[in-house]
Amino acid sequence: MSPTGSTPGGSADPAYPAPAHTAPPARALPGHGEAHRHVLVAIVLNKPGVLNRVASLMRARNFNIETLAVSHTDQPEVSRMTITLRGDDVAVEQAAKQLYRLIDVLKVQDVSSDPTVEHEIALIKVRADDRNRGEVLTLADMYKAKVVDLAAESLIVEATGTEAEVDALIALLRGFGIKELVRSGTVVMSRGAGSIEEAVKR
Amino acid sequence: MGTTDDGPGRSPTATSGQTQGSNGAAAGGAAGGAGGAAAVSAAERGRINHMPGAGTARADAISAGRREMLTDSHRLHIKSLAERGAKRPRIGADAVCEALLRQGVEVFFGYPGGVVLPFYDVLGDYPELRHILVRHEQGGAHAAEGYARATGKVGVCLATSGPGATNLVTGIGNAMLDSVPIVAITGNVVGSLLGKDAFQEIDITGITLPCTKHNYLVREANDIPRVFAEAFHIARTGRPGPVHIDLTKDALMGECLAEHPDSVDLPGFKPNLEGHPRQIRLAAQEIAKSQRPVILAGHGVLIADATEELRELAEKAQIPVAHTLLGVSAMDETNPLSLGFVGMHGWKHVNKTIQSADLLIALGMRFDDRVTGHVPTFAPYARIVHVDIDPAEIGKNVAVEIPIVGDVKRVLMALIPQVEAVAPEARAGYLAEIAAWRAESQKTPWHGSGAWRNGQLSADFVVSRIGEATGHDATIVADVGQNQMWTARYGGFRRPNSHISSGGLGTMGYGLPAGMGAAVGRPDKETWAIVGDGGLQMTVQELMTLVQEHIPLRVALLNNHKLGMVRQWQELVYAGNYHSSHLLGPDWCKLAEAYGVAAFRADSPEEVDTAIASARAVDGPALIEFCIAQEQNVFPMMPAGKGLSDLLEEQFEEPKQ
Repeated sequence: MSPTGSTPGGSADPAYPAPAHTAPPARALPGHGEAHRHVLVAIVLNKPGVLNRVASLMRARNFNIETLAVSHTDQPEVSRMTITLRGDDVAVEQAAKQLYRLIDVLKVQDVSSDPTVEHEIALIKVRADDRNRGEVLTLADMYKAKVVDLAAESLIVEATGTEAEVDALIALLRGFGIKELVRSGTVVMSRGAGSIEEAVKR
Repeated sequence: MGTTDDGPGRSPTATSGQTQGSNGAAAGGAAGGAGGAAAVSAAERGRINHMPGAGTARADAISAGRREMLTDSHRLHIKSLAERGAKRPRIGADAVCEALLRQGVEVFFGYPGGVVLPFYDVLGDYPELRHILVRHEQGGAHAAEGYARATGKVGVCLATSGPGATNLVTGIGNAMLDSVPIVAITGNVVGSLLGKDAFQEIDITGITLPCTKHNYLVREANDIPRVFAEAFHIARTGRPGPVHIDLTKDALMGECLAEHPDSVDLPGFKPNLEGHPRQIRLAAQEIAKSQRPVILAGHGVLIADATEELRELAEKAQIPVAHTLLGVSAMDETNPLSLGFVGMHGWKHVNKTIQSADLLIALGMRFDDRVTGHVPTFAPYARIVHVDIDPAEIGKNVAVEIPIVGDVKRVLMALIPQVEAVAPEARAGYLAEIAAWRAESQKTPWHGSGAWRNGQLSADFVVSRIGEATGHDATIVADVGQNQMWTARYGGFRRPNSHISSGGLGTMGYGLPAGMGAAVGRPDKETWAIVGDGGLQMTVQELMTLVQEHIPLRVALLNNHKLGMVRQWQELVYAGNYHSSHLLGPDWCKLAEAYGVAAFRADSPEEVDTAIASARAVDGPALIEFCIAQEQNVFPMMPAGKGLSDLLEEQFEEPKQ
């Protein structure tokens, strides 16, 4: 082979001989691609401080958690976290691998591209009196949301659905005046017979 | 000439010999390792990490001993309290001592204080455990690291709650970034006072959480045996790292009925050791295709004890080997295929080789920014094979073509048979080109240093003379800054693990205490600490520990009355704005002598060899002050944010008058 190949493009220094068979462009920096929403499911040991470890890691590694939902599973010693975050595929894969390094984390899976059932619950306290209560009820009904509390000046709508569905309902209710809003964060489960939890059972 | 071998007060080899001897029978039935280790005499036990020629009986015995050391050793019979003649219940502190003994700990570094006094109260009942009283907890943590890196075992340090614990943190962080197996033990206030801002209470597990591989808060004496077994297992298994155990005072004092477990149950911790066969096959294909391959060897090669395999691969396929800062000593530098040190202050010919390579075989390294510089211009023509035991390192800093997750030694053992042998002639053109670059990059006698030209003492000359005088067999521990770069470039390392340095965290003050730990861990090897006057002033108090424990560390102080690397950056990057980089120091020889450390001084090149010989002749610690040129820089230098092709080199100037 001859070291006198064509001078490559990009930022490579032409003073150095280019191997004839390759002249790639600038090396890509991991984590600088297009950011998407990702959903990670982490199966963790139900020990004190695990949530702190996960949160601390995500902060230290500069990943931005959008939602985080934690609860017990059917096994009392195991908890399940659903984490949604934005980032490019490489960055989110890196987040998953960093989570794996935690001793108390048993399994991490990015389910963003899997067929899943994805839900969150929101409680929305909306201003509603005799004049517009009917309108609010109609909207809630269209989104299959329930009214779980009723008062003279307000009512509480309980909405479940994907993040986007809940967002849409909240946007509509905003016109009436939202007094209080709480969202649980997304929880997710893959469709079909497969089980993330079973994969960690020994 | 003085010796560095057994002196009074250094007894760990003797005590470990007793332990071995009294348990030979008990160990018999277990895996072959125990017998092999017992065959190594007590006096030689300290040598266990040093690999002689492969295939010899001695090498087999040693590697068997090493295997035993690297797995959880549960075979040791630990004398019970009754056998020790103590008439008292077994408390948590006893369980701690037993756990340390079961894990093969012979020596640890500690500093007492209020809440760990129950531990010090029982420590006298365990004479097999040598406790070294350091002068500052940071020194204890670094000493544990130096011990771990020189021996391959887990280093242990201990401190009390509050300030004692926070003083350990720098060492713990350093161990995290350099993947050093240490177990750091701290005390904490009694459980009922936790969270009440009690005297010397601090949330130390909260503080160490992001800078440990794992940490524990233990509030119950019966948890101690399990936690210690897990902690040592985690610290040394897979990618090593620090584990911190915080023990409340009542856990140390409470009665402990729990037995030590024979195995650990950590479902979330199962490091992958074997590389994927398909990936290994692909790597072999990449090597066969490449015309300009380079191996980049990191700390993982040393941790995995894969230096023989590294040499084998390099020689079989005629691949030159560059190494990172923590990979120094992974390959004998006299091997013709050994290229040298890469990166920000690496050799120009090494960086050029990387930049022109068509294949980079990265072994046990993590593409630190000091290695890659500006990533988009790093090794622009190379495809990359990356072997690392930590999956999170794959693709973290640099996208790679062939990732292999596994232990470097096992991966290389699987890879080498699949690699086609290449005759040296087949790579003659490539290797000759590198040789020409090397000749150019090393053409001046002391490349990068103009000091010798105007008669001043040059640091690189001092470092290389220390390497020569010790036959390139001493363990050399560097501090951080210019002294560290000179050591890595000019030390001349031939024996694996003979170079120890704070790479990831860059902890000034590391050299002296880490050197102390290395000297304690390897009493069979001469140990030197090469430090600067800035770093030495951070941890100088450990000179007293050297004297009290009779640790024969030789401290080579490169004194330029400057924070040299800061000054260098100010000169080259900040237009000569020398703010706060000039610092006063004490009269070092007087100070050392006040501590009871033999001290020598060299002002000129002619005095260097005499000073080194005098220090080596001392039975005990010694310090040499080398008064080096004040404005000597380390060249070449890759400015921050630039790439490996953008090296700053020395500007030749007439001596200033």
